[in-house]
Amino acid sequence: MNIIVLIKQVPDTTDVKLDPKTGSLIREGVESIINPDDRHALEAAISLKKAEGGKVTVISMGPPQTIDALSEAIGMGANEAILLSDNAFAGADTWATSSTLGKSIEKIGKYDLIFCGRQAIDGDTAQIGPQVADYLHVPQVTYVFEIEKIQKKTIIVKKRLEGGYERLQCTLPALLTVIGELNVPQYPAIGRLIDACKEKSPIKIWNAADIGVQASDVGLEGSFTQVIKTFAPKFKRQGEMLEGDAKKVAGTLVEKLKENKLI
Amino acid sequence: MQMAVWVEIDLCNGCKRCVKVCPYGAVEVSDGKAHILEHCTSCGACLEVCKEKAIQTDVEPRAIPDFNDRKGVWVFAEQRGGTLNRVSLELLGKARELAGELGQDVSAFLLGDQVSGLCDTIMAYGADNVYLAEHKNLKEYRTIAYTDVVEKLVNEYKPNILLMGATHIGRDLAPRVSRRVGVGLTADCTELTIDPEEGILLQTRPAFGGNVMATIANRYSRPQMATVRPGVMEALPKTGSKGNVINCNVSLTEKDIGTKILESVREKTKGVSLSDAKVIVAGGRGVGSKEGMKSLFSLAKIMGGEVAGTRIIVEEGWLPADRQVGQTGQTVRPEIYIACGISGAIQHRAGMLGSRYIIAINKDGRAPIFEVADWGIVGDLHEAVPAFSKALKDSKGK
Repeated sequence: MNIIVLIKQVPDTTDVKLDPKTGSLIREGVESIINPDDRHALEAAISLKKAEGGKVTVISMGPPQTIDALSEAIGMGANEAILLSDNAFAGADTWATSSTLGKSIEKIGKYDLIFCGRQAIDGDTAQIGPQVADYLHVPQVTYVFEIEKIQKKTIIVKKRLEGGYERLQCTLPALLTVIGELNVPQYPAIGRLIDACKEKSPIKIWNAADIGVQASDVGLEGSFTQVIKTFAPKFKRQGEMLEGDAKKVAGTLVEKLKENKLI
Repeated sequence: MQMAVWVEIDLCNGCKRCVKVCPYGAVEVSDGKAHILEHCTSCGACLEVCKEKAIQTDVEPRAIPDFNDRKGVWVFAEQRGGTLNRVSLELLGKARELAGELGQDVSAFLLGDQVSGLCDTIMAYGADNVYLAEHKNLKEYRTIAYTDVVEKLVNEYKPNILLMGATHIGRDLAPRVSRRVGVGLTADCTELTIDPEEGILLQTRPAFGGNVMATIANRYSRPQMATVRPGVMEALPKTGSKGNVINCNVSLTEKDIGTKILESVREKTKGVSLSDAKVIVAGGRGVGSKEGMKSLFSLAKIMGGEVAGTRIIVEEGWLPADRQVGQTGQTVRPEIYIACGISGAIQHRAGMLGSRYIIAINKDGRAPIFEVADWGIVGDLHEAVPAFSKALKDSKGK
């Protein structure tokens, strides 16, 4: 089986804050990690490869430091990795990103399955998986939380819906986006991590010319949406702190609720 | 291959600045003159360094196309099993407001099998038109089937704006449609307005787990597509309005669809769903143990509410997954949200900031939850929660 996994390196959003003066993101001291959902995608691909035989290729579009994420993916068990890195890719919205990723996958050629995480914790769009699937004209299943069975031309999976789930059969090749419920990702193996950093590393780097894309189709120029502004969310709350011992505070709270006609 | 970037040989002096600056090695100098090679990506780096202006391009600065033929604010009327998703009504309310500012119509598009009975409701909640596509292959939602139909509708009727709820179906369908019809898409919007100068849709949505709000515009493609967070917009009051139902021809072959639904399972949730609860008592890490949840359940019972929790306590197994509130759980908008032992990390806040009133109880006075609370109690929840339950019982007695 030829399996492709799309991953993204993201800032750990628990720690991300906006500079109140400039309105832009403070990135210093914020750790870069493999997007959590993508970790589950990697684990699924690697498990499947172990069971069925084959190869796992990991692709990521990002700045040069993304190589750390790809090394970790090799450490987890992926066979090879491709970093798509070029100044021309910067500022891309999901349209431009999916074009870049899609073209790269076309260049790789043969694949049976593409795994993606459902959504990235920085952009929060959950759009890349479905957009890449349409670019490649393959069927998709999103919110996959269980892989039941795989056969030569089909796969059976369970997909989460509000209030329940569906069991679906999907023809291959296909693209799946997965959620955390699917599995528990393994830690990378030290030996494999070291291999990832060696001279004959299984990590390749492709730029726009290598993929065969024009600058106008990727990055900021190739995007349909533009960010007009970013700002910190405002909270309009009373912020009243209640003082006293547990009994007193409880009494005060009941009064407050009564005053506001809540009870 | 058409060269978007080329060298005017007569102007070139062979200085090789272009060769040095090219990131792709796509320029070479031979016989004293520069030549652009085939793998040039039109990035324009060479143009900027050529002092003789020998390198030229026909790549124009980005023009905004003429979209005057684009009319109508469209809403996806999402249905499952013949029942309309509430978000569709919320979107119709918003669409009416946007359409009013643009002087355009509101239309809904409804896909399914034998669902025409829903048209009256859709029009009563604000649609001037309903595009109805019925076919047995549309009975249950399947990505490619629905995408093919929506693509045809969009290409034929050319809407200006197209909105879908950011539900599981919406977030599966919208990106596929956006790719298919070649447009930008903004996900999970919490605010939509029309820019008075440009007449375009301004789409505001949370990013970085809710740490940052971003306002996004789609200048270069139509329709302007957005998915909208459920529970944020408001449906208009129901009226007796009628409109036009436009029946659309559908031709779909099973083999092109690629997916087949083998089984559809509705899981019974214990108790009222969180999205309908008027009061939610939520626990976080501070609860300490499964045992510790007991006083929260008691409080919820007294207030006629439901119990929920953060990702941590669901991972610990103190509550089932369907009780999780937050960025990777549910978004809730109860009248009262009581956060017990919850620090108030951004990922959790993302799920409950829409609550009308927020009460926070935490031992740590610096916990971020207090920034978003209407009333805050710095103290041990294991004392505060039972005390609050007792005070409520006592006041009922009076």
